[in-house]
Amino acid sequence: MASIQLSNQHPLDSLIRSDRLPHIWCPGCGIGIIMRCYAQAILESGISQEKHVVVSGIGCSGRVAGYMNIDSYHTTHGRAIPFAVGLKLAKPELMVTVFSGDGDLTAIGGNHLIHAARRNVDIKVVCVNNFNYGMTGGQVGPTTPKGARGTTAPYGNPELPFNLPYLMGAAGANYVSRWTTIHVRQTKDDILHSFNHPGFTFIEVLAPCPIGFGKSNNINDGLEEMELYRDRCVLVSDGDVRAEELTIDLREERPIYVGNFIDRDQPPYRPIHLENAQ
Amino acid sequence: MTYRTVLTGKHFMHGDHACAEGAIAAGCRFFGGYPITPSTEIAERLARRLPEVGGVFIQMEDELGSMAAILGASCGGKRVMTATSGPGLSLMMENLGLGVMLEVPCVVVDVQRGSPSTGLPTMPGQSDVMQARWGSHGDYALVAYSPWSPQEMFDLTVLAFNIADRYRVPVLLMTDEVVGHMVERVIIPPEDQIDHWPRKRPTGRPSGSGNGSFKPFSAEEADLVPPMVHAGEGYRLHFTGLTHDERGYPDMTAETHQRLVTRLVEKINRNADQIIRIDPYYMDDAQIVVVAYGCTARSARRAVRLARERGIPAGLLRLVSLWPFPEQLFNQLAANIETFIVAEMNLGQMALEVERVTKRPVKGVFHAGGEMIAPEPILKAIINNE
Repeated sequence: MASIQLSNQHPLDSLIRSDRLPHIWCPGCGIGIIMRCYAQAILESGISQEKHVVVSGIGCSGRVAGYMNIDSYHTTHGRAIPFAVGLKLAKPELMVTVFSGDGDLTAIGGNHLIHAARRNVDIKVVCVNNFNYGMTGGQVGPTTPKGARGTTAPYGNPELPFNLPYLMGAAGANYVSRWTTIHVRQTKDDILHSFNHPGFTFIEVLAPCPIGFGKSNNINDGLEEMELYRDRCVLVSDGDVRAEELTIDLREERPIYVGNFIDRDQPPYRPIHLENAQ
Repeated sequence: MTYRTVLTGKHFMHGDHACAEGAIAAGCRFFGGYPITPSTEIAERLARRLPEVGGVFIQMEDELGSMAAILGASCGGKRVMTATSGPGLSLMMENLGLGVMLEVPCVVVDVQRGSPSTGLPTMPGQSDVMQARWGSHGDYALVAYSPWSPQEMFDLTVLAFNIADRYRVPVLLMTDEVVGHMVERVIIPPEDQIDHWPRKRPTGRPSGSGNGSFKPFSAEEADLVPPMVHAGEGYRLHFTGLTHDERGYPDMTAETHQRLVTRLVEKINRNADQIIRIDPYYMDDAQIVVVAYGCTARSARRAVRLARERGIPAGLLRLVSLWPFPEQLFNQLAANIETFIVAEMNLGQMALEVERVTKRPVKGVFHAGGEMIAPEPILKAIINNE
């Protein structure tokens, strides 16, 4: 009969600042799942952990920088991407990942997002999309579906949301995909893939936010949102999905398309260096 | 062909270009900026020059991004700079605060124009000097210099990089449209005569374990400046704009906040003697002291000379550095001197500081901006206050 061996160690121990636990995230939050995917991808990347750097903005997802036990920068609201651009261009041997939320990256940071994609700077963006501003208590943002409720839209959100893969594809990103927190292996594999895909890569991961978004929109807990993902997600194989089909609305009985949408091989941004430069 | 890093020699040079050459000579190898009159020539010169010396030039999407990008590049170990004017400086205030909080060395050039708002894009002003000191939210301290000639655009840019690295602080170069667009003799010294004060760096090797075992914000008592660690060196550092302890970890307590913010301010105050630069004219026996900086100091020097020709004991105290304010010096002066005249191209900003420290009513020669203050109104103020 096989014996059970107990271990006090976890393979990801070296990548988590355990002295910072417990974390600040709510029960049912999806950010931890995505952070775990990122850590696992670093572990499997074959790239020295010393070369991995994470840059975050502000918000719940921005706190990831503080929990990852690698070089980490927790910057200002919306400015993680330009900070990361400066860092990457100053030290190209680093593997620079921007890990932040939808509000941080696409609202206050939206201009930096599209321009970094346009330049095709070799940084890896992981965007946690939970459809609202969670840390400040469930306000609507640029990813909130029209009609969904939030604390700043008590009568329903009157605005149309961004659909991020379409936006990123149009802006010029080299690689764009979308997963959800139920797609743990795919998310990890895709982040790992992005490390080896030069240029600007953008991975959107839909994540439950039961306290911020769920409570205003009749999604009772994180598990219920995960079940919505399981029931409705459709994997795209050819990547050709039009804008309206990428729109997400958890309240509607329509598919949520996930998978890889853009896979280009454009050369990444390189600063001009003259041949005989000193 | 090969390219020269330091353009040693005698030049007839544009002020903005002299600033750019000062940056190259000081070892600046990253510039992130956004075009804005009257600073654009700095970006244009560096767009040509940085690729020649193996540096990085990037034109960012706005000044928010410019400021964030130079902080990121500085964290990668480069000497970094951006250049702007008032409207851009307003946008940079956000990440200037981050630079103060993370103690990231950087140089920010403000070629001032008539303000507020869009103001007078092509005409001079000096009305950003209080914004330079207080523009970002919160209590903090930083350093600002104010060149009065293309030669100083070179010299003070070099000094700005050295001070930024020495004290791990953003340094502002508060120049103006007149000096920025002035063409004058600039002497660039040989490369080995250009000061280079290295960034203070940790001496120990990283343990590699992270998890708070290394304290990147542990300051030495002598100067209150913690050695700077860069990304990719194995320290597993954490930098956050949140109030943080010596490990760099967020610590939401009043005690840690008090300790951190006090140190950030004290690190500049305690080292003020090394940072402050003053240029006195006819001050030995002066009874009337004119205080001026930047282009206005050129007119003030002329006014003081004319006053001396009339036998009036006037002197000029040119503020080469604006921040930290030379409190000790003005304290001493106030013991013997009754009349302080402040000439500046704003409606009285540094005059408030002179008044605060000397505790004497200050006579102002103010102009909202758009044209240089001529020597005559300053001379008139000297004569009227004799």
